[in-house]
Amino acid sequence: MLMAGCNAVLLKPSGDLAVQQRDLLIICTILMLLVVVPVIVMSLWFAWRYRSSNAKADYDPDWHHSTLIELIVWSAPLLIIIVLGALTWISTHKLDPYRPIERISADKPLPPGAKTLEVEVVALNWKWLFIYPQYGIATVNELAAPVDMPIKFMITGAESTGMNSFFVPSLAGQIYAMSGMQTLLHAVINKPGVYDGFSANYSGAGFAGMTFKFHGMSADDFTQWVNKVKASPDAMQDAEYVQLEKPSMQNKVQYFASVDPQLYHKILTLCVQPDAPACNSLKPPKAEGEEGHEGGEAAAEPAMHHEQTMAGMAAPMPDEAAQPSSSDDASASPQH
Amino acid sequence: MSTHHAPTLDPSGFYVTGEHHTENGTLLGFWLYLMSDCLIFAVLFATYGVLNGSYAGGPDQKMLFDLPLIAVNTAALLLSSITYGFAMLEAHRGRKGAVIAWLVITALFGATFVGIELTEFHHMIGEGAGPWRSAFLSSFFALVATHGLHVSFGILWMIVLMVQTSKSGLTEQMTRRLSCLSLFWHFLDIIWIGVFTFVYLMGVLK
Amino acid sequence: MQEKSDLMRFIFGRLSLESIPYHEPILVWTFVAVALIGGALFAAITYYRKWGYLWTEWFTSIDHKKIGIMYMVLGIVMLLRGFSDAVMMRIQQAIAFNGDMGYLPPHHYDQIFTAHGVIMIFFVAMPFVVGLMNVAVPLQIGARDVAFPFLNNFSFWMTTVGAVLVMLSLFIGEFARTGWLAYPPVSELILSPDVGVDYYIWSLQIAGVGTLLSGVNFLVTIVKMRAPGMTLMKMPVFTWTALCTNVLIVAAFPVLTGVLALLSLDRYVGTHFFTNDMGGNAMMYVNLIWIWGHPEVYILILPMFGVFSEVVATFSGKRLFGYTSMVYATVVITILSYIVWLHHFFTMGSGASVNSFFGITTMIISIPTGVKMFNWLFTMYRGRIRFELPMMWAVAFMVTFTVGGMTGVMLAIPPADFSLHNSLFLIAHFHNVIIGGVVFGAFAAISYWFPKSMGFKLDPFWGKCSFWFWVIGYWFAFTPLYVLGLMGVTRRLNHFDDPSLQIWFQIAAFGAFLIFLGIMCFLVQIYVSFRDRERLRDTTGDPWDGRTLEWSTASPSPVYNFAFTPYISEIDAWTDMKRRGYQRPDSGFVPIHMPKNTATGFVLAALAGVCGFALIWHIWWLAALSFVGLIGSAIFHTFNYDRDYYIPADEVEKTEAERTRLLAQA
Repeated sequence: MLMAGCNAVLLKPSGDLAVQQRDLLIICTILMLLVVVPVIVMSLWFAWRYRSSNAKADYDPDWHHSTLIELIVWSAPLLIIIVLGALTWISTHKLDPYRPIERISADKPLPPGAKTLEVEVVALNWKWLFIYPQYGIATVNELAAPVDMPIKFMITGAESTGMNSFFVPSLAGQIYAMSGMQTLLHAVINKPGVYDGFSANYSGAGFAGMTFKFHGMSADDFTQWVNKVKASPDAMQDAEYVQLEKPSMQNKVQYFASVDPQLYHKILTLCVQPDAPACNSLKPPKAEGEEGHEGGEAAAEPAMHHEQTMAGMAAPMPDEAAQPSSSDDASASPQH
Repeated sequence: MSTHHAPTLDPSGFYVTGEHHTENGTLLGFWLYLMSDCLIFAVLFATYGVLNGSYAGGPDQKMLFDLPLIAVNTAALLLSSITYGFAMLEAHRGRKGAVIAWLVITALFGATFVGIELTEFHHMIGEGAGPWRSAFLSSFFALVATHGLHVSFGILWMIVLMVQTSKSGLTEQMTRRLSCLSLFWHFLDIIWIGVFTFVYLMGVLK
Repeated sequence: MQEKSDLMRFIFGRLSLESIPYHEPILVWTFVAVALIGGALFAAITYYRKWGYLWTEWFTSIDHKKIGIMYMVLGIVMLLRGFSDAVMMRIQQAIAFNGDMGYLPPHHYDQIFTAHGVIMIFFVAMPFVVGLMNVAVPLQIGARDVAFPFLNNFSFWMTTVGAVLVMLSLFIGEFARTGWLAYPPVSELILSPDVGVDYYIWSLQIAGVGTLLSGVNFLVTIVKMRAPGMTLMKMPVFTWTALCTNVLIVAAFPVLTGVLALLSLDRYVGTHFFTNDMGGNAMMYVNLIWIWGHPEVYILILPMFGVFSEVVATFSGKRLFGYTSMVYATVVITILSYIVWLHHFFTMGSGASVNSFFGITTMIISIPTGVKMFNWLFTMYRGRIRFELPMMWAVAFMVTFTVGGMTGVMLAIPPADFSLHNSLFLIAHFHNVIIGGVVFGAFAAISYWFPKSMGFKLDPFWGKCSFWFWVIGYWFAFTPLYVLGLMGVTRRLNHFDDPSLQIWFQIAAFGAFLIFLGIMCFLVQIYVSFRDRERLRDTTGDPWDGRTLEWSTASPSPVYNFAFTPYISEIDAWTDMKRRGYQRPDSGFVPIHMPKNTATGFVLAALAGVCGFALIWHIWWLAALSFVGLIGSAIFHTFNYDRDYYIPADEVEKTEAERTRLLAQA
């Protein structure tokens, strides 16, 4: 009865990426059971067999070494870890969220010239803003995508938020949403449906209510959904964004028929309010007066060198002026 | 270390008779403490390494660092290490007065170092380049001031040891304390060489 | 709230009557309960005139055996607090469904899960680990005390003061609402402007000093003070694991100190290390804190591996299988624990190669851990296993911990972690290894070494009740969390929308109730054992037919531990001595050189606590005053040359004669 009521979404996902992650989980569990089961069985069996009341069992108080056993207990786990390690290396690269998807699903290859849906995701206190740059629309706490179409999420956090994690378990794994930085997630949904999405990293009082629905839709339904959003009387400009950024909990779904095309970039560079000191945050030094130092044109190179200094950290956004090209260049992965 | 009657093995082979003296562990313990302190500096160096380009539109190294002044500063600290070395030589010769004299000189060099550093900080903050101006300046001040704070504590410690030496003479315990401070003082010198190279020289050459 | 006058603000800083949470009924009742129990305890101690005894025999004691007991008491008291937090969370999550927001608002709930994590790791598990080292290590290596007995007392009080600050936050102000590692930007002023994070910072900084110093202390003790003949490869395994743990402490805790200092600069000085703006980099914090945090979990588990090694060998009546393997496995884990920290945040976007590297290093740790597991199994093989309490805990550990190890490797695979990260699966995993490993280990160790410390055994009946409630309760409480994790439920949520989840949370709450019974039985066990101490008295000093040196002394051991320093010629020195017909020496005693008790450690730690409290509440004059007092007292202490004394030979002779009499009785 319990299992019937149990919707283990990670074991029954609807997006190809999540399906592959599920398979990996199952393979590695089986591999490990090869050691785990014998250990548990031996623990209980030895404990029973060599209990002190069992006078029939052998007792050999000085037996403490066996080269053969030592060899086996070191090499058996080693072999399993070699297999698992290889699997890890391959799958981590193959399922890297920064890597554009290479197939729609196990039995559907990616059609040549397939269009990718782009979604800009902003985590706020405590709600999600989704911007669709290709459609010029935005939503709060509702996400939709056509089935079998590759999606590229560009993810960041508002200046005033803590670190969140963007997660739709049915679709794909999660990735952090961090202020002043961008992370990427490529995914695809294979089945129409309504799926749960939420923040998977604690970010303050309203965190538990930071949920949204992700709608997987047929192409027609998606067009209709876009039209529905476009029919909204609201628009998302700087002023509306500043309003939206104020902390609020348990937010309702909101639609915005139009959106400032630069808004996401301004959020990413902390420049929604250009006069705020934070807007300077990512800039190179400015020559303060011309007071005799030869500095001042120290260029914008510094922001990028973070990637070399500390592997494993996302690089902050470089200055807009220095990197005028698409925002991908600033993404957190060292592999671009 | 002890000169008591050497402990001998009991004929049964199970224990030693007489009093068993273990080696004094103070120097090892102090050295371990220094290694842990070294890790705090490692954290600060790493932080500076990550943040030293995050100017947030504020000044950078070239605008702020005054190398000639830092050279004087560095010279004062390096010389103080040498003078501390003289103090230790005298301590092993058992000459109490000379030890205290060299310690005074060392402390004065140390005070010079701290004084110059404070002047530098004062100047930078006056120019609007305080630790709150940018992440680069936060990490700069944290690293350099932590070192400066260590030197200041070293000076305080030195004064305490001067008083104790003059009161109790160069006992075994006193020599051990002087050795600990010696380790500490040279350690700060080594850290400073790192700061000077990594922060100042490389900053200006950038 | 009225605007405070400048004078009031100068005197009290941020502190005001509003800081007392008298409007929160839960806290008021907690306060009443604590006040009643505390008051009763205080009155009882006063009535029986025990203050002087406590002060001279315990608080100022520099005897490692007594300090060890005090650490264990601290751990048990804080376990009650940390477990109360756990129960409150379980109840909230079991009822907050269908629009019901439960009984804890986010403001309170978020403090509870933060406090639970902080307390369980820093003020339960750490005191247990350090306490056990105090109880056993000097005895196992045939030493009279640790290398720096005064520092040992000081370390204990620093840890205690840290715990006191956390407890104070219950009734004065509030605790952090950030999660146990206080990730910025949530822990920055922008999202946590109040005192909660400051309580967090200063309690950990003060306790951290204590931990670091005891790490240095035990390293020197083990390196320099082993009895003659005890080479490294003849050390008991618990001492080996203690050695590795202390290496980890000395090499990891400074990083915690450093990173918390930077966070406090952000909060107190306005720097920008981890802020969202002005070039700050919150991920720097996450990296640094886990560079401490991952070694920390091995600091907790390695000594417990040592405990199980002693327990399994002793109760199987057999030498440990593969001692050399065991030692190397411990050393390998020690080293590897430094290069796995990034597996705590694969989802940060580090790139596939970096993630795979850290994933694979993590998996490699499972090899030496697996080897240890097999070594314990083959120690049991062809043994004569006596199922006393410690051995029962050991078997429960082997079964439970193996499952936790398996789920740990699952989390170490980056693509799988992208789904499981921060989920209740993760929560189940680390409780599986921490309860299954550290807590079971602590209980095994408590029942194993209790007679050595106290002179009487623990009552087995209540111990077995506690054991079964704990083990069954653990599985009831955490199996549902594994399932919920696979259902995509994330951690730290205070309410849920999906009603199908509720049954699982209710099962978990039932598990917590069983664990509650387990803890109660443990307390009853201690009470009953104390009441029946004459019946449970250990006159032999060797109640379990032990193998290592601590069992060669009386229970409890005399102040000086060993009248003559033993000479070691084999692993399992005591077994070897018993086999070769060891006769206790009964004459030829010499005076024994011992350190004197001192109140300095207590005074210094108390001043540090006042300083921390003043900094939390921005009472600058008090902070300055107590800091100067702290430095002044420390300097004053260095002028005290009267630190040791000799126990006269005839007193040693009298003590040893008494032991001879007891042995003859047994």
